[in-house]
Amino acid sequence: MNIALETCGLCKSFGALTVADDIDFRLESGARHALIGPNGAGKTTFVNMLTGALAPSSGTIALGGEDITAMGQAKRVKRGLGRTFQINALFRRLPVLDNVALAVAERRGVARRMLRAASAHDDVREESMELLATLGLAEDAGVRILDLPYGKQRLVEIAIALGLKPSVLLLDEPAAGVPSLESHRILRVLDNLPKHIAILIIEHDMDLVFRFAQRITVLVQGEVLVEGPPEEIASDRRVHQVYLGEQHHA
Amino acid sequence: MSAHAGGYSADPRIRWIESLPWIVAIAAFFALPEYLSLGARILIYILYALSLDLIVGYAGIITLGHSAYFGLGAYVAGILAAKAGVGDPMVQLAAAAAAGALLGIGTGAIILRTKALTLLMLTLAITSVLLEIANKATALTGGADGLSGVVVAPIFGLFRFDIFGKTAYLYCLLALLLGWWLVRKMIYSPFGTSLTGVRENSLRMHAIGAPVYWRLVLVYTLSATIAGVAGGLITQTNQFVGLNVFSFESAGELLVMLILGGVGRIYGAFVGPVVYLIAQDLLAKQFPEYWYFGIGTMLVLVVMFARGGILGILDSILVKLRRRP
Repeated sequence: MNIALETCGLCKSFGALTVADDIDFRLESGARHALIGPNGAGKTTFVNMLTGALAPSSGTIALGGEDITAMGQAKRVKRGLGRTFQINALFRRLPVLDNVALAVAERRGVARRMLRAASAHDDVREESMELLATLGLAEDAGVRILDLPYGKQRLVEIAIALGLKPSVLLLDEPAAGVPSLESHRILRVLDNLPKHIAILIIEHDMDLVFRFAQRITVLVQGEVLVEGPPEEIASDRRVHQVYLGEQHHA
Repeated sequence: MSAHAGGYSADPRIRWIESLPWIVAIAAFFALPEYLSLGARILIYILYALSLDLIVGYAGIITLGHSAYFGLGAYVAGILAAKAGVGDPMVQLAAAAAAGALLGIGTGAIILRTKALTLLMLTLAITSVLLEIANKATALTGGADGLSGVVVAPIFGLFRFDIFGKTAYLYCLLALLLGWWLVRKMIYSPFGTSLTGVRENSLRMHAIGAPVYWRLVLVYTLSATIAGVAGGLITQTNQFVGLNVFSFESAGELLVMLILGGVGRIYGAFVGPVVYLIAQDLLAKQFPEYWYFGIGTMLVLVVMFARGGILGILDSILVKLRRRP
């Protein structure tokens, strides 16, 4: 199996506080991998280092075998690394279509053009509409994000990331804040994501994690505690103690 | 004349109401011949405000130093005319544009790495430094006395700048038409949409692989170029350049004009200077000592009751009228 994304000895410290400590991680091509851990485990910091939003203190990151540790965010995206945000990061006053079209235009290299109207780029519009249709958002194409229900906003997050045609997709709590009725819709969307995309999902909803992931990494205080298939993780005593135990007693 | 946001869902065709400013401008040429000098000044300030709207309204770059580019354009055109003997208005204007562009890319590349108050202070610092350079370089700029002796040859060798300001008015109107067309085209383009994206959420723009910094540098340079042209025009129409073109007051005044008209709307840059400069002209005649009070009151009212400027008020009235059964 090819390695889509790999980190070696990844560390991040803010002064005396170490938030990521010697993280060795592998994401295989087409994998469905989950990263879990209690609050403050360093999951989002890890994702931010992967995307280039945060520079690691030491260690390396490789995407498709290429060292991207020193690469800027934009270049990582161009090489196939997409992400969604834990808290919606959308263009709130723009319609849904434009939110997705911005990503599609960027990927197609259209976004820097000045002389032709954006709406005249039928290829961008059509691809964006197709994407929205596959996520069940076609009817909302003209609705501003401000006027869109929260659950659908989470789907727009995913649509924007998919507009980049990533080979690796990092989903930071895609169902965060979504009522349970609507989270099934998100799970359905996740289940139907193209199989060639390697997906790393960070999620607190254990039902979603265990239904979706083929492999799980547990992060605690910035360190990898254990990694393995869901059944192993579910029966691991250390995981119960630091994380799932809290869930079982709840 | 509602907000022009561009985008992949927007209709880029020119609406009939967008011809209104041009009809008014042409009508003013025939109906108000005694006010053509003021008219030319208004047209120049519209172009200047349009350049500011591009960065403030569409790209979300805050600045208090746009007069740096306007002033440089003004001095470059003036020095060429008064010191280098270059009388051709097109050459002067091209040099003013190039100077604005060069300063725009040079300063933009540095200051756009910063944000918020730091950025605001840096923009102010740039124009203050240029003001002081212009003040000290008396041999070239005339210093505090200003640069006089600006000679502008007839446009294309045919149209001489007359004392009634007819040629200057039409010349400025054509320059504005070209500037407006370029800005409008840009706003409706994918580039313009990506600028709106940066203004709305730069975090997400980074995450979709947009080279945010370079986009900002580019739009800043384009804006500085247009401001340079506006500066060149003010020199050509006044045939004089004073230090005030670099002043903080000039940059602040421009921002006030844009806020009055409505930021991020294209036509806010048309309405603001018209209202501001006409009010300034009328109030200064009636109340020579207190005319700023009137301008200040107007601005306070707009900021308190109409965040979208005068066009914002018109927009909300139109929305209410449409909702009525």
